[in-house]
Amino acid sequence: MSKKTNTIASALIVALFLILLNLLVWFRVIGEYTSQVLTIAGINAIIALGLNLISGFTGQLALGHAGFMAVGAYTTAALLMKVNLPMALAVLGGALMSALFGFLIGLPTLRLRGDYLAIVTLGFGEIIRVLMINLPELTGGPAGLKGIPTYTTNFAWRPVIPFALVYLALTLVVVLLNNLLNSSHGAAIVSIREDEIAANAMGVNVFYYKLFAFTLSAFIGGLGGALYAPFFGYLSPNMFNFQKSVEFLIIVVLGGMGNLTGTVVAGIGLTYLQEILRFLKDYRLVIYPVILIIVMLFQPSGIMGLFGNKEFSLTRLVSKMLGEKPLGGEESSDKAGEVQ
Amino acid sequence: MAFLQQLCQQTLNGLSLGSIYALLALGYTMVYGVVKLINFAHGDILMVGAFVGYFVLKKWGITPVNLMLSFLPAMLFCMILGVLIEKVCYKPLRNQPRINALITAIGVSFFLENGARVLPFIGPNPRVFPTLPVVNYRLFGINISQVQILIFIVAIGLMLILNYIINHTKTGKAMQAVSFDKGAAALMGINVDRIISFTFALGSSLGAAAGILFASAYPQIEPYMGIMPGMKAFIAAVFGGIGSIPGAMLGGIILGVAETLTKGFLSSQLADAIAFGLLILILVVKPSGLLGKPMGEKV
Repeated sequence: MSKKTNTIASALIVALFLILLNLLVWFRVIGEYTSQVLTIAGINAIIALGLNLISGFTGQLALGHAGFMAVGAYTTAALLMKVNLPMALAVLGGALMSALFGFLIGLPTLRLRGDYLAIVTLGFGEIIRVLMINLPELTGGPAGLKGIPTYTTNFAWRPVIPFALVYLALTLVVVLLNNLLNSSHGAAIVSIREDEIAANAMGVNVFYYKLFAFTLSAFIGGLGGALYAPFFGYLSPNMFNFQKSVEFLIIVVLGGMGNLTGTVVAGIGLTYLQEILRFLKDYRLVIYPVILIIVMLFQPSGIMGLFGNKEFSLTRLVSKMLGEKPLGGEESSDKAGEVQ
Repeated sequence: MAFLQQLCQQTLNGLSLGSIYALLALGYTMVYGVVKLINFAHGDILMVGAFVGYFVLKKWGITPVNLMLSFLPAMLFCMILGVLIEKVCYKPLRNQPRINALITAIGVSFFLENGARVLPFIGPNPRVFPTLPVVNYRLFGINISQVQILIFIVAIGLMLILNYIINHTKTGKAMQAVSFDKGAAALMGINVDRIISFTFALGSSLGAAAGILFASAYPQIEPYMGIMPGMKAFIAAVFGGIGSIPGAMLGGIILGVAETLTKGFLSSQLADAIAFGLLILILVVKPSGLLGKPMGEKV
């Protein structure tokens, strides 16, 4: 089987899988509550993928992804409510606005060593939250923003549409990042993490690639927020606090920094776990940092490190099942197939 | 004239707030000097120090003497806590990529905040820190409260002691050596591990003192109270030149004055944004800070 047919077969499998999942939601085999949790899990996975790009692959710690999520969410809400844009444009607008913020923050800070980005993004996250509280005309202020148009008001479609859109977006983000990281640009990005000075000496434009990765990371973070606003229909500044940013970081760290598969698995798994652990109340807040510290001390490559840090590859699986030799390793792959 | 008077008043308030930032910034800058790590948990040391002071003062009762004495248990407790954090969480990661230690520091910070939140005798609700009855003295038309006098005395005293330790004791000189070149210091027979622990002990005890001063000036304490002062103190450290001890003092003072002037003359909501604006500005114009030495990347 040629490489091309293999890719087409894999794409078909992913499409069938997504359709199957949506049918399960449509017939309420996956209940409405569970599908909502899974939708949020998908959004968390998207934002964590964005964070993984800058922190896991580029090696620059960013601590403000809740801020990008907020920018995306509030921009989309404003575009829907004030400008009456169609849904797709509003979501895209939210993500683009977030990318613009990322670009503007990255421009002064990314010229310097990584430590500064951590503190500036942390400050950015907090300032965004304070701004949201103090701009009541646009954001509803501390009481929150109510009445954001949702994807659909039809009862039968209500759980399906956000679910389908979020997992479609997740699939696209995975494909985009996977292709990017397997290109020469991706090699340049990873070389910055491995050794910035050596990368510079080899002719990699370190600043350009850092800024590019950070802007794309902010775009993906904003996309997550933009998808969230019409799903939930309500936004409040305190949803996007520092705690939230650290939750994304925990997903990335637990899944394995620099591993897309791990981020998707950990993003969905951890969000689901959060629902199961609800009975622990505030004690959950202590468990998270403990997970972070223990993973860093004893298993810094995360759960995927236990499996040799490989990415899951659907095309490889397809070749294997057809009893053929794998098609030259890593060129393939679309990880959305193993979303659950 | 009224404007001039208010300007002086706000500057004085800024100086007292700035002294607290300076004490906290010293912890950031010393730790960064020896292990090149932004210790995110340092702001939470301030919170822990404030709570130790709170419980001690509740037990002893609030008098000027007890207030001064309460610094001792708070500083001792945080000293032990700081060394413990370093030994358990940072030391095993010393030879790994820097981002790992940074993430661990975030974890420690969260652990302290949320740990305090779930502890039954602390809890999420704000508490009122015991304070002495407010006495204001008037000096050339400017009000100065006895809390501000306390802040100046303690901050200046501690900085003088720190200066003595760093410049006139063997351990202090060893600290400078480790900060300058860890490998060479080890070759000269300096026990680097011990010096790093000592640095954490010193920084954390200053953080605890800053905690009690901060709680005396703004007498409401809660588990998340350390985040904002912590970030501002870090900005102060960067502003003054991270790794530089006089820089941290200067940066703290400047940041405190800038903040109170913003609050007094512009808007109180802008004050936090101004701090981060200053950070971005210094990073663009002079990344090594006011008193820092420009450092090339070493291969």
